[in-house]
Amino acid sequence: MDRQIRRLGVVLLLLFSMLFARLNYLQVVKANELSNKPGNTRKATKDFSGDRGVIQTADGVVLAQSVPSADAFKLQRQYPERDLFGHLTGYFSFTYGAEGLEKTYNDDLAGHTDRLRNVRDLLSDRTRTGNLTITATKKLQQVARDALGNRKGAVVAINPADGAVLAMWSFPSFDPNPLAAHDQRAVQASWDTLTKDPNRPLLPRAYRERYAPGSTFKVVTSAAVLERQPDLAAKPYPVLRELDLPQTTRNLKNFGGESCGGPLPQLLKVSCNTGFGQIGLDLGPQKLTDQAHAFGFDDRPPLDLPAVAKSVFGEQDFAHNQPALAQSAIGQQDVAASPLQMALVAAGVANAGTVMKPHLLAEVRDSEGAVVRSANPEPWQRAMSPQNAAALRDMMIGVVNGGTATRVAIPGVQVAAKTGTAQTVGDNSHAWMIAFAPAEAPRIAVAVIVESQPGLGDNVTGGRVAAPIARAMIQAALAP
Amino acid sequence: MTRASRRDTELGLLLIVAIVTAGAYVLAGLGKTASLPANIGPFLGMILGLLGVAHVALRRFAPHADSVLLPMAGLLNGIGYVFIARLNRDLAGLQATWTLLGIVAFIATVVVVRQARDLDRYRYTFALLGVGLLMMPLLPGVGRTIHGARLWVRLGPVNFQPGELAKIALAVFFAAYLVEKRELLSDFGRGRLLPQPRALAPLLLAWGFSLLVMTAEKDLGSSLLFFALFIGMLWVATDRGAYLALGSVLFAMGSLFAYKSFAHVQERVRIWHDPWKYASNEGYQLVQGLYAMGSGGLAGAGIGLGSPQKIPAAATDFIFAAIGEELGLMGTVALVTAFLVIVGVGLRIALRADQPFEKLLATGLTLILGVQTFIIIGGVTQLVPLTGITLPFVSYGGSSLVANYVLLAMLLRISNDSVERKLRAGGAAAPAGAVDG
Repeated sequence: MDRQIRRLGVVLLLLFSMLFARLNYLQVVKANELSNKPGNTRKATKDFSGDRGVIQTADGVVLAQSVPSADAFKLQRQYPERDLFGHLTGYFSFTYGAEGLEKTYNDDLAGHTDRLRNVRDLLSDRTRTGNLTITATKKLQQVARDALGNRKGAVVAINPADGAVLAMWSFPSFDPNPLAAHDQRAVQASWDTLTKDPNRPLLPRAYRERYAPGSTFKVVTSAAVLERQPDLAAKPYPVLRELDLPQTTRNLKNFGGESCGGPLPQLLKVSCNTGFGQIGLDLGPQKLTDQAHAFGFDDRPPLDLPAVAKSVFGEQDFAHNQPALAQSAIGQQDVAASPLQMALVAAGVANAGTVMKPHLLAEVRDSEGAVVRSANPEPWQRAMSPQNAAALRDMMIGVVNGGTATRVAIPGVQVAAKTGTAQTVGDNSHAWMIAFAPAEAPRIAVAVIVESQPGLGDNVTGGRVAAPIARAMIQAALAP
Repeated sequence: MTRASRRDTELGLLLIVAIVTAGAYVLAGLGKTASLPANIGPFLGMILGLLGVAHVALRRFAPHADSVLLPMAGLLNGIGYVFIARLNRDLAGLQATWTLLGIVAFIATVVVVRQARDLDRYRYTFALLGVGLLMMPLLPGVGRTIHGARLWVRLGPVNFQPGELAKIALAVFFAAYLVEKRELLSDFGRGRLLPQPRALAPLLLAWGFSLLVMTAEKDLGSSLLFFALFIGMLWVATDRGAYLALGSVLFAMGSLFAYKSFAHVQERVRIWHDPWKYASNEGYQLVQGLYAMGSGGLAGAGIGLGSPQKIPAAATDFIFAAIGEELGLMGTVALVTAFLVIVGVGLRIALRADQPFEKLLATGLTLILGVQTFIIIGGVTQLVPLTGITLPFVSYGGSSLVANYVLLAMLLRISNDSVERKLRAGGAAAPAGAVDG
């Protein structure tokens, strides 16, 4: 029998070898694939119940923190500022994943990127989560919120010199706390309420929604003239009430049925539709498209938040659709821009023609306070030469000093601005303003949009509706 | 090797086992993520106490028995206990009680079975016992169906699976029967490829019986194990390849019949073939197990740091996946190696036994452990279709634990007896190497 017993041993050894091989296959060869499968919630659970760093504003206000909880997850994520920073922090939800900064900086917050410095770190129980400080302040965010009030819209404020986002408010907003709760039924109920709300509170309008920029886009058209066909800058455009567009019987009218004309600075000052429509036709589609791209249109602003909207100039067969070209030159037709993008246009003019990469991150510090990494200002787009930027700045000063944007003027501070009143579906209009100040050494560039103002009259223009908001932002930012 | 040194080796190994399992228990209880109360005292006392008592019993009643088996079983039992406690605190108390009963059964076996060949005399008693135990769940009144399989018997407050003990009883019967009929069964007559019909009868009987068990109790794992045990022992006893061939044919026929006739068998095969397709329904358990082992990777998440509670039946059939998640490949390989050592030692005991009955019994008992381990680990790792069966010594489960400790005691009894006989025959002057069995 011994021979058979030995053979049986060989058979069993073979069977066990198959087990060893299979284990190596599963736990080494396939390990990554298996642990990253969407159905495998282990990583999410670990992140969700693990330590997580704090997110705070530049003025030291805590926006997100994890506090001990009595349940299985051991830690509860809290957002003390509730909806004020909801679109910036986003949420960290077990059911719906992460959004906002919680998503972008998940690895830092969860401590995945902190490298081991020595063997002691391996053995110690030190938390290795990173704490995030952002460039925005609660002070300015609160000003934006108060100024916009209960009107749908967005306010974006940027430091033109380095691209740091100083405030970014969208209304309506949402409170991330219910989404980060541990009772999954309650979380789902809150989610359903938020997603079914017709006002779309989960949508961060400031960086993920696009609107027709209207007359604020005339800054881009003006830049195209200065950069690409400077002879048009001095050309006196005829004073007209309506511009007779080719290929159509519909004419381009000025706002409120007024007449206007003159050279470029004068056209910008009064936001002359007939003049800019003709400029668009004179420039041709290529130059206008190129200048829009030079400000970052059709490119995704590299803001450190998820799913930032790409603004578009719109591709058309302009040769066969001349009216579309004239309409595009005044920011209508298919032109669509996020409030963030329009703030970047203002910031580009303010920063001698260079658009800096927008960012919210100021720095990441480890649990012992050492800086892990910090924001590094980098140019994003070179939109204009410094000379042309200075010329455009002067024209935008003209808009404030006696043009359509007089309501943004601040005593003792020179503001440069451009208004916009974009026509939307029906007889509604979006009130826009882009501005920066102080004009000679800008410290803040701001874009404001107030959605869907009823009617097309004088009282719904950017100059009336959006200007006070921009003014409040600039005053607060420049206050000592 | 002297009597003292063999037991001393065992004691040393048991101490290491106690340290390893206590260490694992402490790890599970440490830190912010503690999944266990950190009071190590009672636990360590229990492990050391029970294994110590078993050790003392061996010193007294089977001093020449192999020194590795008990520590290996203790290690598997200990690691299994840590994971059961980490997964389900209620089960932990029960498993501790079952461990106590297992050790009691172990000692009782060592004490009551004074000589392995005594078992030979009660072969038909064991046959009846085995068949009776196996059929017991089918009796109306006591039999219970859990998770679709009718394997359980309810006696008073406790549920148990009599099938676990039936396997041992049947192994004893097979060993006795096959040794007695060895000549007849291996004599095929002149020039014949197949045995005579009279010799073939037991094979067909066993086959039919295992099919019956599978059909009536829906227990694929036990049915497979039972058939493999019989064919394996028959082949070892007769050295007739024809039996293996015939067994394979019958196995294939049985499998085909089962596949055609039973929806749950088809389902198992479908899930095995592509678990991802059924990840959210029938294949959920297997897929969660695969996730767990993949996430564990090489070194594992660490005891108490993974999420094995996501796997259904993590403390019983799928405990191996739970261990794979938290101890990683290093842990699973160590575990499979421990089983391999037990199998190796079991077969060595069979080789060194001098009585055919003991040889065959040791082979059969080892085969039970080895095949059962392969079936469940292979099932959990998607190597073979999954059949619910416990991982010996590791899974939660009273009947399984008690039965496996009895099995272990029998192997040790055989080991002790063959060494003792050699010592008696060769006298005290026998060279050490000759008695090292």
